[in-house]
Amino acid sequence: MYTQSLSIPDGEARGPKKVENPAYQAEFDAKIAAGGFIEAKDWMPEAYRKTLIRQISQHAHSEIVGMLPEGNWITRAPSLKRKAILLAKVQDEGGHGLYLYAAAETLGVSRDELYEALLSGKAKYSSIFNYPTLNWADIGVIGWLVDGAAIMNQIPLCKCSYGPYSRAMVRICKEESFHQRQGYDLLLAMMRGTPEQRDMVQDAVNRWWWPSIMMFGPHDKDSVHTETTRWGIKRISNDDLRQKFVDATVKQAEVLGVSLPDPDLKWNAERGHYDFGAIDWDEFWNVVQGHGQCNVDRLAARVKAWEDGAWVREAALEHARKRAVREKDAA
Amino acid sequence: MTQRNTAAPGHIEYVLRLGDNALILGQRLSEWCGHAPVLEEDMALANTALDLIGQARLLLTHAGRLEGRGRDEDQLAFLRGERDYRNLTLAELPNEDFGRTVVRNFLFAAFQVPLYQRLTASSDAELAAVAAKSLKEARYHLSHAGEWVIRLGDGTDVSHDKAQAALDYLWPYTAEFFAANPIDDAVSAAGIGPAWHNLEADWEAAVVPVLVEATLTVPARTPFASYGKFGRHSEHMGHLLATMQTMQRTYPGAQW
Repeated sequence: MYTQSLSIPDGEARGPKKVENPAYQAEFDAKIAAGGFIEAKDWMPEAYRKTLIRQISQHAHSEIVGMLPEGNWITRAPSLKRKAILLAKVQDEGGHGLYLYAAAETLGVSRDELYEALLSGKAKYSSIFNYPTLNWADIGVIGWLVDGAAIMNQIPLCKCSYGPYSRAMVRICKEESFHQRQGYDLLLAMMRGTPEQRDMVQDAVNRWWWPSIMMFGPHDKDSVHTETTRWGIKRISNDDLRQKFVDATVKQAEVLGVSLPDPDLKWNAERGHYDFGAIDWDEFWNVVQGHGQCNVDRLAARVKAWEDGAWVREAALEHARKRAVREKDAA
Repeated sequence: MTQRNTAAPGHIEYVLRLGDNALILGQRLSEWCGHAPVLEEDMALANTALDLIGQARLLLTHAGRLEGRGRDEDQLAFLRGERDYRNLTLAELPNEDFGRTVVRNFLFAAFQVPLYQRLTASSDAELAAVAAKSLKEARYHLSHAGEWVIRLGDGTDVSHDKAQAALDYLWPYTAEFFAANPIDDAVSAAGIGPAWHNLEADWEAAVVPVLVEATLTVPARTPFASYGKFGRHSEHMGHLLATMQTMQRTYPGAQW
């Protein structure tokens, strides 16, 4: 997966409303302050619930939309081993989608409602998947950079205050680290190969580098996260996570033998970090707002799958109904 | 390492048939990624595809060793001409919709189960081991696809009609499973594996009760014949191969 550190309102949560109660609020605040977990049955402020539904469902949507750019290459994978690895990876992503929808459902919203929000365009998913996968190395770069950035974003979520989300993230992070290593391994194999293969890797890195570092969201000065920070949902700032990612990735790029497309990227001994160039936030917001290369196609693919599958879901429900009637009659 | 070909007559061809069935159906199923009717089925279809690709890797590697010309799983999977693939035509047909996809998986898994069962006693120890591992997967595929055949057949009027249409379309291709041939005779005589025409009764015993429960009509046999396992494929095969082989054909000799 792929969280994007950006809170985008999706509209009203439709879960059960709970009364605001000062005594409960005090108990909730104390639990958060002590670093404890909030569980599904615990009282929670309505705004906390809504924020979590939005964040967890955006994350779940990102997992399932994220299957599309990778699915684009399964049928063309260049070896059976790589085909098998990619199939296993997209299956993991479907699984992450399932745990996350289940975590969101504990907050009083159904998977169908969340789907409807995605398919109507009301809910967001990570913008990174609105970029196209144009050569086989893109599959490796998604593992290395995109999953790598996602892991940086997600490790702090393993300690987030909402228990079901935190537990889902522990499992997801383990699988994502595996995907990242597999992606890097794919790229190493290509870099040991022919000049054409190395060119493909460099081309993919050139296209995915900036979108990957945009995954950490706007700069801290432009980003309002006071409530999510206070609630123990967001624990590390966007810029700190981004810096950590850049610092880790530069060395990996050197080992791989690719250059990163940023002339301003250089070690700053005084800060003890790499400096990097200005992010093109216009591009970021354009893609978030629906004007990326693949926004229209990705959503259309999800809508088509849902609409084409309607008769199948109806059949399953009708069969279950018939079976229940027969079992009742037989009893 | 290149070895001398010491395989019994028909042995390599027989293993290629097994491997190509798994490869080509696995390739078809992998087209579903991200497009299934529900998330659980996206995962189940990817999982089935992954099992089949896994079987193909073992079987094609084994075929390459038997052949002794140094061809590995990828050379066999990606660098043969269409006429050298030995899969059943049924495996290469387009997915069309979820109904045809699950009916095909059902008809195919119901064939793979008794086949792998017999192969666990193969005189070819490697083949017996692959069959034992793959049998568990095929049983799961059969149960999963069978449940869907029942849901669709005995679901709504629309799903019933779609399932019946899928069955009517696919059924004639199942005759090919059981078409007798000298390869099967030789392999069966050598104790390597069953002649596929001897599996028909087991296949029907697995298939018919599920179709009946699904309220579907079992189609009658017709004179239609297909010949994929003999290397004569449908028009769909060339397109499947064009997609699957593209990287290996475009970048000859590259390692991935």
